[in-house]
Amino acid sequence: MKFLSYLINGISLGSVYAIIALGYTMVYGIAKMLNFAHGDVIMVGAYAAFACIMNASLPPYAAVLVAIVVCTVLGVLIETVAYRPLLSAASSLAVLITAIGVSYFLQNVVLLIFGANAKSFQSVVSLPNLKLADGALNISGVTIVTVISCILIMLALTAFISRTKTGQAMLAVSEDKGAAQLMGINVNGTIAVTFAIGSGLAAIAGVLLCSAYPSLSPYTGSMPGIKAFTAAVFGGIGSIPGAFLGGLLLGIIEILAKGYISTELSDAIVFSVLIIILLVKPTGLLGRKMQEKV
Amino acid sequence: MAMLEVKDLNVYYGVIQAIKGVSFSVDEGEVIALIGANGAGKTTILHTVTGLVAPKSGSIIFEGKVITKVPAHKIVSLGMAHVPEGRRVFAQLSVLQNLKMGAFTRKDKDEVEHTLEAVYRRFPRLEERRNQLAGTLSGGEQQMLAMGRALMSKPRIILMDEPSMGLSPILVDEIFDIIRSVSAGGTTVLLVEQNAKKALGIADRAYVLETGTIVKEGVASQLLEDDAIRKAYLGE
Repeated sequence: MKFLSYLINGISLGSVYAIIALGYTMVYGIAKMLNFAHGDVIMVGAYAAFACIMNASLPPYAAVLVAIVVCTVLGVLIETVAYRPLLSAASSLAVLITAIGVSYFLQNVVLLIFGANAKSFQSVVSLPNLKLADGALNISGVTIVTVISCILIMLALTAFISRTKTGQAMLAVSEDKGAAQLMGINVNGTIAVTFAIGSGLAAIAGVLLCSAYPSLSPYTGSMPGIKAFTAAVFGGIGSIPGAFLGGLLLGIIEILAKGYISTELSDAIVFSVLIIILLVKPTGLLGRKMQEKV
Repeated sequence: MAMLEVKDLNVYYGVIQAIKGVSFSVDEGEVIALIGANGAGKTTILHTVTGLVAPKSGSIIFEGKVITKVPAHKIVSLGMAHVPEGRRVFAQLSVLQNLKMGAFTRKDKDEVEHTLEAVYRRFPRLEERRNQLAGTLSGGEQQMLAMGRALMSKPRIILMDEPSMGLSPILVDEIFDIIRSVSAGGTTVLLVEQNAKKALGIADRAYVLETGTIVKEGVASQLLEDDAIRKAYLGE
């Protein structure tokens, strides 16, 4: 029963990682850049929801909607102002370093507005706990909502990419920007939409994360951001099912390591597993082999 | 009036001038060849015409409209399609998905189906392989897919960049037959080729490019007889 309880917690945490990892993997797949500020967008989303609930007394669902809108706008803004002018630059390092800069910028802006003290985040989920097996297995409402959200997001995203014109444009841009333009696809617009979707998902992840782990500070996003990035690489960066699988596995490994081995060592174990997987399969679990263009 | 007119085009890559004052024109219904050695600037000219590269100066006029500053993604809906060098099919997408990508800007769904049927009639092999990933096709099939994809936009002019590159002689003949039939179907063709003999064989007129400038132009059949051309480009 202990194992089952750990497993469910792992799936729940993994679902959050998966939602964040989707943002990393989509942006990487389409813009070929690592958006290291993605973790901080999560934190901004959580603060937006926090402010709506605490200061504006909005109901939780409205707070989540506001957070999604704030992060979507923020994502597009970051892309147009900070990254787009550099995407055509010779060095991809320039974009990478800018992303790190944006990350610190967001942390410090939030620090300035809300202060350094951790806020106690009020869960947006008011579902009662689910007690199974005579109370031996206790599943929280947040866990249920998190897992369901992750599955719905995954299904919606897959349908969006295979069924809509914008989704098809994303596939084309991810393969060959020049050829995509020749098809009449607006590459910059498609990249902006990708950032919008990834950042909107980050807001959902932020709210779910802080509902489960209610301490919110300007640095709340960095560790989950790095873990989710790891999950994206673990699953095969650029692959959407890979991000899903990588996120879930990472969450499960982390919680099992915490439960059975050591809380202090859990992160070390998680990253060791990543290193081993990458040594065996450098493209990640579901990653495609990169084809060298002749 | 010419269908496509390029006037005094100058293109730079950084400080290096790739195209130096190039002017040429394409009339409706013609097959025009741009021939020249590797690095002469043929591909750059096509990239500039379809907006993938911005010129420093000069103008490009298509059907009376100045398109010099029109972004690349807005060119195809004007009626101009570009089959890029090296095919550049979407390797991870199926043949059918690639073809549909070619009709990305078209809103007339029923008409797109007709165009797809027409493309399949022209390239039966693409229909056979419609669910196969484009990356698994042979070079010749990929070239056909790239051409079919361009035709899916129902272009009035089609720009083709080195369609015979890397293909066996039999396939080269097949590709040139297709170009001829595309032209016979009423589409104007601007063809860039290193295979000067083949290109001059199907073109109405041709321009010879050397290190970014046009050194010779004329009726293709006459250029085929030109001693200097024979020596430099036909290996005789």
